Amino acid sequence: MLSKESLALIDAEIAKYPAEQKQSAVMGALRIAQTEQGWLKPELIEFVAAYLEMPAIAAYEVATFYNMYDTQPVGRHKITVCTNLPCALMGANEIAEHLKQKLGIGFGETTEDGRFTLKEGECMGACGDAPMCLHNNHKMHTRLTPEKLDELLDGLE
Amino acid sequence: MSLLTPTPQVCSWTQALDKPASLETYVANGGYQALRRIVTEKVPGDDIIAELKTSALRGRGGAGFPTGLKWSFMPRAFPGDKYIVCNSDEGEPGTFKDRDILRYNPHQLIEGMAIAGYVLGARVGYNYIHGEIFEVYESFERALQEARAAGFLGDELFGTDFSFQLHAHHGYGAYICGEETALLESIEGKKGQPRFKPPFPASFGLYGKPTTINNTETLASVPWIVQHGGQAFLELGKPNNGGSKLFSVSGHVNRPGNYEVPLGTPFSELLEMAGGVRNGHKLKAVIPGGSSAPVLPGEIMMDCTMDFDSIARAGSMLGSGALIVMDETVCMVRALERLSYFYHEESCGQCTPCREGTGWMYRIIHRIEHGQGRAEDLELLNSVAGNIGGHTICALGDAAAMPVQSFLKHFGGEFAYHVEHKRCMV
Repeated sequence: MLSKESLALIDAEIAKYPAEQKQSAVMGALRIAQTEQGWLKPELIEFVAAYLEMPAIAAYEVATFYNMYDTQPVGRHKITVCTNLPCALMGANEIAEHLKQKLGIGFGETTEDGRFTLKEGECMGACGDAPMCLHNNHKMHTRLTPEKLDELLDGLE
Repeated sequence: MSLLTPTPQVCSWTQALDKPASLETYVANGGYQALRRIVTEKVPGDDIIAELKTSALRGRGGAGFPTGLKWSFMPRAFPGDKYIVCNSDEGEPGTFKDRDILRYNPHQLIEGMAIAGYVLGARVGYNYIHGEIFEVYESFERALQEARAAGFLGDELFGTDFSFQLHAHHGYGAYICGEETALLESIEGKKGQPRFKPPFPASFGLYGKPTTINNTETLASVPWIVQHGGQAFLELGKPNNGGSKLFSVSGHVNRPGNYEVPLGTPFSELLEMAGGVRNGHKLKAVIPGGSSAPVLPGEIMMDCTMDFDSIARAGSMLGSGALIVMDETVCMVRALERLSYFYHEESCGQCTPCREGTGWMYRIIHRIEHGQGRAEDLELLNSVAGNIGGHTICALGDAAAMPVQSFLKHFGGEFAYHVEHKRCMV
């Protein structure tokens, strides 16, 4: 269900923990699985659980507890905007509004062509560089302006 | 700048140098000397703990607990596995200092954790990094590789019998994992729901083994203290508030960012370093220690110094040292509405007062903000907040209640105006 490369990455996660504590690698393993396949369908979560020799329900609990895991399909590009207070004071709501206008969708929605999903995020721990967004969970774009956002969106297929 | 001179830039000195994060830069400026000395000279762990106690280093993650005392709780003679864990799950709104330590001075944290491992008898450590700064997690992994290759992590360090392995673990979007026992659950591969205490982590921590958990900035301060002594660190700050501290300044200032200054520095000086209030506006309010700390009116803050005791006397907390600055244009109802949404969203759901109460408070503030407030709402808000605080397993409940209570205490008039006139007075 996962590529050889992804399985090797998961093995490297497993190696960080005591041999009898494979479950500790579940956060890394789900992240690796999601990065490869876009989102975590139930069969993928079950596969990861089996690989780590843990109950599927326990992996499912993790996938649904932490909000960067997607247990529903998302667009090719997931844009998460922090709108928490420090970001809001520094213009995050204007940035969010610009994104909604430009993409024609609201928070929690995906464009019809499957290109973009927009999400509202909570504190990303980079408030000094607000406003900011995450692209597909891992790439942070900081000190955003409408122009910088346009440039970012236009560069994504 | 270097680690060899006792400057107040305890954690941020590398930022003045080329390639601040590299092993080469760190080692060329005295890095890993403290670790090498105590390991090869077999300095007793008790001596290091005594220095930490002298230094008056207090936890930089929010609680301000004396680090030397925390380390002394660890059953160091216990023969089985023990762990040192670093809490880099920095998600307290307004706080972004640990991110800069990880970005610009990762080796000082690695050295601090290795020293902790030596003193506490832990042979393995984990650094839990906030999921949203994933690129920083990846760069920290590279720093770990460098340290391993150079012989600062691994088996039989410096030809002694001391071995120490260190790994990075990432979060993936859960504020609650900044709570130390939720963080341990998360490393164990579970939902991040806090554990009931006692037992405390020093006796029952990661995988049920004795564990010490410290904040990133706390652990990164340790090599400086070992290098220069506890007294020198204490003298940077003031009694009971040793050292310098990184302050994260966000919101309505001209130059948001991190500023490392001695504890006891007047707030007014720090505000000036951050360029003052933007557009020449008037300072209205400051949340001085991350979003969970009670808000203070600007005029009270202007009389405070930035240390644990001064901010506590003013009725708030130094917390993580994150200052959220608000100018006169801010509607305090709207500000509190956003914070309350956050706590409702991030409550782990384990304790009823927090799970239900955070949603209840959010809904009340939401209706006040949207012109549907009722005359009894302010009293109701205080009552709900009072019934959450102190009635939950972890401090998230208190963290949700304190903003509500302090916004009402200092800015109650704005809330009453909203209720009465169905609109904002700002």
